[in-house]
Amino acid sequence: MAATISPPVDLSAALVAAPPTLAEWLVILPVAWCLAIGALLVMLRRPIGLHPAIAIAGLAGLVLIDGLLLKEIAENGPLTMVMGRWLPPFGIAFTADLTGALFAFAAALVALVAGVFSLADINDSGRRYGFYPLLMLLMAGVSGAFLTGDIFNLYVWFEVLLISSFGLLVLGSEPEQIDGTVKYGFLNLIATTLFLIATGYLYAVFGTLNMADIATKAEALRDRAPLMTLTGLFMLAFAMKAAAFPVNFWLPASYHTPRVAVSALFAGLLTKVGIYALVRVMVMHFPVEREELSFILAVAGALTMIVGVLGALAQTDFRRILGYLIVSGIGSMLAGIAVGGPGGIGGAIFYALHSMLVMTGLYFASGIAMRLGASSSIAALAGLYRRHVGFAALTLMLCFAVSGLPPFSGFWPKVMLVKAALDIGAWWLAAALLLAGFLTTIVTGRLFLLAFWREAPPADGEAVSLSPAAFGPLAVLAGLTLLIGLYPEPLLAIIQDAAAGLAEPSAYVNSVFPEGGPQ
Amino acid sequence: MKSVIFRTLAPVLTSLMMLFSIFVLLRGHNEPGGGFIGGLIAVSALAIYGMAHGVETVRRAIFFHPMAIAGAGLLAATSAGLIAIFAGVPFMTGLWIYPAVFGREVPLSTVLLFDTGVYLVVVGAISSIALSLEERGGE
Repeated sequence: MAATISPPVDLSAALVAAPPTLAEWLVILPVAWCLAIGALLVMLRRPIGLHPAIAIAGLAGLVLIDGLLLKEIAENGPLTMVMGRWLPPFGIAFTADLTGALFAFAAALVALVAGVFSLADINDSGRRYGFYPLLMLLMAGVSGAFLTGDIFNLYVWFEVLLISSFGLLVLGSEPEQIDGTVKYGFLNLIATTLFLIATGYLYAVFGTLNMADIATKAEALRDRAPLMTLTGLFMLAFAMKAAAFPVNFWLPASYHTPRVAVSALFAGLLTKVGIYALVRVMVMHFPVEREELSFILAVAGALTMIVGVLGALAQTDFRRILGYLIVSGIGSMLAGIAVGGPGGIGGAIFYALHSMLVMTGLYFASGIAMRLGASSSIAALAGLYRRHVGFAALTLMLCFAVSGLPPFSGFWPKVMLVKAALDIGAWWLAAALLLAGFLTTIVTGRLFLLAFWREAPPADGEAVSLSPAAFGPLAVLAGLTLLIGLYPEPLLAIIQDAAAGLAEPSAYVNSVFPEGGPQ
Repeated sequence: MKSVIFRTLAPVLTSLMMLFSIFVLLRGHNEPGGGFIGGLIAVSALAIYGMAHGVETVRRAIFFHPMAIAGAGLLAATSAGLIAIFAGVPFMTGLWIYPAVFGREVPLSTVLLFDTGVYLVVVGAISSIALSLEERGGE
């Protein structure tokens, strides 16, 4: 049409010349793959019986892609792909470093086991409401958030995962679920708006949205730009997403209402995206401001830990207890970010990964307990131990793990965090971490004592068998926490590299700007 | 809303608007227009038809379920990005071919495929909402 007679422009200075390697495609593939599978599932409306098989195969594929990505990055450093060949910072970059890849891999793993668990949990009406398409789109959002290298793009992926999570929360349309969704939706929309305002502000100050570019430019702007305000805004927005005290109340109000597979998925993924964003922005972009804000962050972290676990102690509903335990765990991660340094950041990342596996597993356990005991209240549940010994054993393992007792995965991050806190002389933070761990032991002890060990009325005490779709995911997660607890060295080495890469992001910046900095 | 004039005019109006929506979609590459606005025009066309002849007629007329149309659009947009893998350029890079149709060169691109995807997502998602609102709204 009209524009065909535009003068010839030499675009070579604006375009990436080198063809991308296949390894670089791994950065964008998790998102594109999830979107494609999700779109396919939306199209297949009649053969609803095919949904689980396609979705689980898709999630297994996602685990494979993320695994390859993690391996590639661990060997060769961060990877970048720019959309549409435009040079960064103008083209939107997807950049994966060890932290992002680790989170993405753990998220894919959690989604896969939740997908398998959903076979036993999501009935035909849930499938018809679109559980599996929403699950795939949620994973597209989560993977995008972990792998993007552009802060506005991060906002977009937050929106994608938020919209999908609304859909998953109201699956079933019960009044209680609508109530939970309204609280969840409202608080999250406020947080997202705050995030958007902060991003607009950042763009006005920096003139760029590319994360690597921000990290390089922050140093020069520090004297004349209000970076503290910016960091504070981001901190508040992401802390809200992560359910930190005092903006944590949306989580326990909504996580006990949806289907069990959905709450397990949310427990594993959503708050951790907030923590990831907090780590990315505060550690990589604004390290000096993080130092300044660390006291506030540490106090918020300590209060989150203690308030969370006290809340759990006051509840009788199995899933509500777990909701408060998530909040308490978030407090430990905040403490790690506040302490900083390789120990603190590494501890926070390790704790987040551990929490993804363990909290998802515990939600599975709550679902199975609800089915066995026909109640979700630990006042009514009793004698689960007699009904299925294997299930009781696996739940006990997860209870130990969440309390931070050896030999399970919760022990090592707790050790790292306490040591890091003591190293900088924050003894009160270390004490809060230990106290929270002790109180969590009491919470899980109470849970196990009442729901599992207490003698049941003889009428419903006989042993039952569980379907492999329900039992398998629980066993896999419990096994993983035991494995990490017994043999943490490989994971610990990767996490230390990840934390070092965040503190000194030159490899990240080099991967985005190979010629040493933007022009 | 069930006057004879409206019922007689609605099919004409709908087909004109549908045609116009496709015109807007194709125009969008270099001039104002595009998949999103084109999709909205198409949905308005369907909504008018629904007001005049009932939602059931519209559902029969578009044959596929609105959400399936949205899914197809999302798939088209995603594959428009992925085609770049075969050309050795990064995700979402615009690629062009110029086949000759009846002696005229027709420029086709992955950008057009992406925009068509957006068009279908908008048509599917918004018409799904509009149709169910019209259903609930009563006569």
